Amino acid sequence: MERLFRRPGAQSWMLVSPIMLILVFFLLMPIGMITAVSFWGSTEFSIYPAFQFDNYEYLFGSQVVWNVFLKTFTFALITWAITLSIGFTVAYFLTFHVHTLTWQITLFLLCTIPFWTSNIIRMISWVPFLGRNGIANQSLIGMGLIDEPLEWLLFSNFAVILAFVHLYTLFMVVPIFNTMMRIDKSLIEAARDGGASGFQILTNVIIPLTKPGIMIGSIFVVALVMGDFITVRFMSGSQIANVGRLISNDIGLLQYPSAAATAVVLLCTVLITIAIMLRFVDIRKEL
Amino acid sequence: MDGKRPLSFYILGAFFVLFLIFLYGPTFTIGILSFQGPGGGLTFPMRGVSLHWFDELFQTQAVGDIWGSFRRSLALGLMVMVTTVVLSIMGGLAYRKRFAGSNIVFYIIMASLVIPSILVSLGIGLIFSQLGWDVHWSTSGFGAQLTWTLPFGLLIMFAVFNRFNPAYEEAARDQGASSWQVFQHIVLPLIAPSLIGVALFGFTLSYDEFARTLLTSGSYNTLPLEIFGMTTNVTSPVLYALGTLTTLFSLTIIGVFLCIALFIQRRRVKQGSDAGKGMV
Repeated sequence: MERLFRRPGAQSWMLVSPIMLILVFFLLMPIGMITAVSFWGSTEFSIYPAFQFDNYEYLFGSQVVWNVFLKTFTFALITWAITLSIGFTVAYFLTFHVHTLTWQITLFLLCTIPFWTSNIIRMISWVPFLGRNGIANQSLIGMGLIDEPLEWLLFSNFAVILAFVHLYTLFMVVPIFNTMMRIDKSLIEAARDGGASGFQILTNVIIPLTKPGIMIGSIFVVALVMGDFITVRFMSGSQIANVGRLISNDIGLLQYPSAAATAVVLLCTVLITIAIMLRFVDIRKEL
Repeated sequence: MDGKRPLSFYILGAFFVLFLIFLYGPTFTIGILSFQGPGGGLTFPMRGVSLHWFDELFQTQAVGDIWGSFRRSLALGLMVMVTTVVLSIMGGLAYRKRFAGSNIVFYIIMASLVIPSILVSLGIGLIFSQLGWDVHWSTSGFGAQLTWTLPFGLLIMFAVFNRFNPAYEEAARDQGASSWQVFQHIVLPLIAPSLIGVALFGFTLSYDEFARTLLTSGSYNTLPLEIFGMTTNVTSPVLYALGTLTTLFSLTIIGVFLCIALFIQRRRVKQGSDAGKGMV
């Protein structure tokens, strides 16, 4: 026992063991359980252990499911592009145009505070803005730009993406700001002395050095959007489906094996997407 | 600085201000609309100004068990917060040395951040039902939320310990301090401000968590679940009143935590210690 304790790493293992226990029981085992249940069978009101591929056959054979996956990817791609543009610009402003650390931290905190408030409330708060008689329509009519209220503002693809951008841009701002702040300012001066234009400094110095932060932010946003079901449900008024909603609808109907099979495919899709993104960055180096 | 700012500063500054309006505008809007008169609806115009909808919140029969769910969310938030802080410190300390399997554990922790919440929720629900256990917010809900808060806490601690100067500990050890004394008198005070951050993440992420709690909280709802339930059947500004109150509560919590962190920082400067410098 004494010897065991002195072995290198034993102390570290004891320190991480509670975390591992929690993650094994509440993360790995649930994933294992989902994988197992995805091969089970179900009747209208119960599920039974089995080893059959019916759920997957149904899943891959359905054109609807393929379209829903495509939709999910489209949401992820559009949200990613918008959050990246906004996040990068905001981080760039904070890092290179705000000159005192106190102001940088204050403005940065202002960007992050909404992250610590409720997502559901933040979604609800778009209703008075986007609704049929909402602020957006009223002011557009007031300005004489439109005669009829726009119907596609709320409960539409537009509303879903708007909410995604609203909720998840912070996940871009934080890691990009974090890596940008660590760029040695003398590198930029050197580039300027060498005759680089502002645009060249941006593309040849700042963007390459910020890449790790961009990748971390991108992984967050893509994973969150692909795994989401509640934003799509609320902001589309239940009219649009993504993969998360397929799963939650099946759960609502107590079709757990079918939900589990969809969940396994979603998990694989997310993990493969992230694995591809991770080829570009070593996260552990960036902490 | 020579005082004159380039044009790009004003363009980007304007962009930043627009971004802040985009972030906060909707929340302010429902803040204003929650003071609708009794005859008012979900959008402008305001039909008078009143506290009518806040008053509704305190009449239990009108809106269901909001206060019960608030108490549960509060209790759960505190449980998750304490657990996250303690386990994150332990995890952070563990990772100061490389150990066999440290990479695998690291990847599992990161996986916890990217695995869709609904999978965690569904998986835990299935395990509990197959074992014949009842899901409850304080057991399955608690575990489900930890899979979301722990990775954030650990990421903060990893970042802190990566920038940690071991010279202070060595000095203490040279003076004959035991490892517990080193931890208690040197390490803990040095990482205290970051722990405030971990605690803030632990509490607020739990307090607002929805998807992971959805299938794991059992018959007693937490506040976000209760609010979501209301969105389908409540179509009056009482929803905004509740939203405004819970946002104000969150802001108060954030304010308190930031003040504590600021206070620790101030006291440190006053007492002339340069501990923590270079940790930003």
